[in-house]
Amino acid sequence: MRRVFIIIVPYLWLLALFLIPFAIVLKISLSDVAMARPPYLPQFSWEAGPGAFLAQLDFENFTFLTTDDLYWKAYLSSLQIAATSTLLTLLIGYPIAYAMARAPEEWRATLMMLVILPFWTSFLIRVYSWMGILSQEGYLNQLLLGLGVISEPLIILNTKAAVYIGIVYTYIPFMILPIYAALHRLDSSLIEAAEDLGCSRAKAFWLITVPLSRNGIIAGCFLVFIPTLGEFVIPSLLGGSGTLMIGKVLWEEFFNNRDWPVASAVAVVLVLILIIPIVLFQQNQQKQNEAQS
Amino acid sequence: MPECAFAPWTDPGAEPLIRFRNVTKRFGDFTAVRDLTLDIYEHEFFALLGPSGCGKTTMMRMLAGFETPSSGHIELAGQNIVPVPPNKRAVNMMFQSYALFPHLNVWDNIAFGLKRDGMPKDALRERVAEMLKLTHLERFARRKPHQISGGQRQRVALARSLAKAPKLLLLDEPMGALDKKLRQETQFELMDIQEKTGTTFVIVTHDQEEAMTVASRVAVMDEGELIQVATPSAIYEAPNCVYVADFIGDVNIIEGAAHRAGDKHYTVHWADGQAPLKAASDKTFSPAQNAFLAIRPEKVLVTAERPADAENTIQGRIHDIAYLGNISTYHVEVAGGRMLKAQTANTRRIENRGFTWENRVWLSWDSTAGVLLER
Repeated sequence: MRRVFIIIVPYLWLLALFLIPFAIVLKISLSDVAMARPPYLPQFSWEAGPGAFLAQLDFENFTFLTTDDLYWKAYLSSLQIAATSTLLTLLIGYPIAYAMARAPEEWRATLMMLVILPFWTSFLIRVYSWMGILSQEGYLNQLLLGLGVISEPLIILNTKAAVYIGIVYTYIPFMILPIYAALHRLDSSLIEAAEDLGCSRAKAFWLITVPLSRNGIIAGCFLVFIPTLGEFVIPSLLGGSGTLMIGKVLWEEFFNNRDWPVASAVAVVLVLILIIPIVLFQQNQQKQNEAQS
Repeated sequence: MPECAFAPWTDPGAEPLIRFRNVTKRFGDFTAVRDLTLDIYEHEFFALLGPSGCGKTTMMRMLAGFETPSSGHIELAGQNIVPVPPNKRAVNMMFQSYALFPHLNVWDNIAFGLKRDGMPKDALRERVAEMLKLTHLERFARRKPHQISGGQRQRVALARSLAKAPKLLLLDEPMGALDKKLRQETQFELMDIQEKTGTTFVIVTHDQEEAMTVASRVAVMDEGELIQVATPSAIYEAPNCVYVADFIGDVNIIEGAAHRAGDKHYTVHWADGQAPLKAASDKTFSPAQNAFLAIRPEKVLVTAERPADAENTIQGRIHDIAYLGNISTYHVEVAGGRMLKAQTANTRRIENRGFTWENRVWLSWDSTAGVLLER
């Protein structure tokens, strides 16, 4: 009985906060936009019965997504931005995680604190402060002009570069922490053994350290890629009108056009796209657990 | 105890494989190895023995190339190896933790070093097969390290470090993680493998029994210095100081004043009102010099009557008996409340044993049975 209760709680949670909302969104995506409150039809009514209700649902909105190239371009652009920023985050995060794992024992807690510290400030405020740093009159341009590195202020804000900076900055802790966890467990005598058997330092890193931190790398990449794909705040605040991302399209569809059904269709497709990396991530975690036990 | 013919250290013309020349290693304020000079010869099975923190592991790590001496130099086959990095040395090491690569199977672990040398595929396969056979691991070639037992892991580590046919193999507490029975079996297996491959082995251990079993010579270390370097039997029978006598096996140490009593013979006055003990020694002691008589418990005879022909006899009372099955150790209280240990083989069944607690007995031994030490 106790066991059943323990299992049932997370499932109820999942049902109430994920599956039911998703079913509602799915239902809206199959409806038609209307001047009503809420702004779509049909509404479910007991008098008409479920049969009549279901008959009014259709896939019109999904077909609509294919007729306007805005949508698939936004999906593709999101995938590209998410993939690139995941790679950038990995390239910057791995050396940081490596340095943390190699740092003297008494420093590690402090370093870990520094990685987590930004979470103590609101995400929105942090992104806004990047606007202050990156704008044409911002701190970065002032610094570079002052140092004489540049003579004209750089245009960074409202470009893709600003989006990458924002994403890498925001998500880097999610890359560092799992890689650090993997490297922290790594027995340093393995590296010595590899060197003893004829590896140079670099070769030992490539043949031993990297494969043994593989699970950390995979976990970190998914933890960055999945939320970045649907990211809305960073591209809309830092990316300007030139950056096309599906999160922004969704927002505009929902709030500017008040077209709930199309917005829901966009969201459903996004979830379907995300299912693939989420399932792969789950499998990776499971394999990792099995390897540990 | 008969010595085997293999004893290059007695041959002044023999060229040592390894030479430590005045090697000192400091870590900050701490001196791990102090001005140490040592020769190790080819085909030797050399044991570095000592308590933890005595510098034996530091010596091994300097041989492997993971530590650089603060001063002095180390030669391998006549070449100074101090500036040579670990991956360029003809030395391989078997790590205490085994350090098997968890993401590679047994076969790939053994092949790891050979692949780094760019060995041709056929030769590589042959060499790995040979190593698997030598260590009886053929059946486990495809298993990952976490899928095999501790003893098997130990053999994989050995096979991996031997695969490259190093001039010198270093073994860092190779049997530390094995249980006693497996350890004993493995010791003999290790000696067998050493003989078959002809490789020079240097083993680091804190287990004196293990060092005595496997090694051709043992170096007893303490606080970064070599205390005695000799064959196991010499270390046991002729320790050069109380530290070595006490570290290796069980021993009674009787402190007293030594007086010359003829050529190479001394008497030791150890307690008031007791007959002095006779001891033979090659060393010279000044009159009444403080000395330590070290006598092994198995060389002390326990009898009910005073033996007529024994050179040294002490009367005492049995305080305790440790029954170990094959042998019994008697703790006998003698003059001045001093406790002496005597061991006898239990050749008769327990009900026929002569002595019990509180019995008054005589302990006796000959003048050549013990060793007289200065410190």
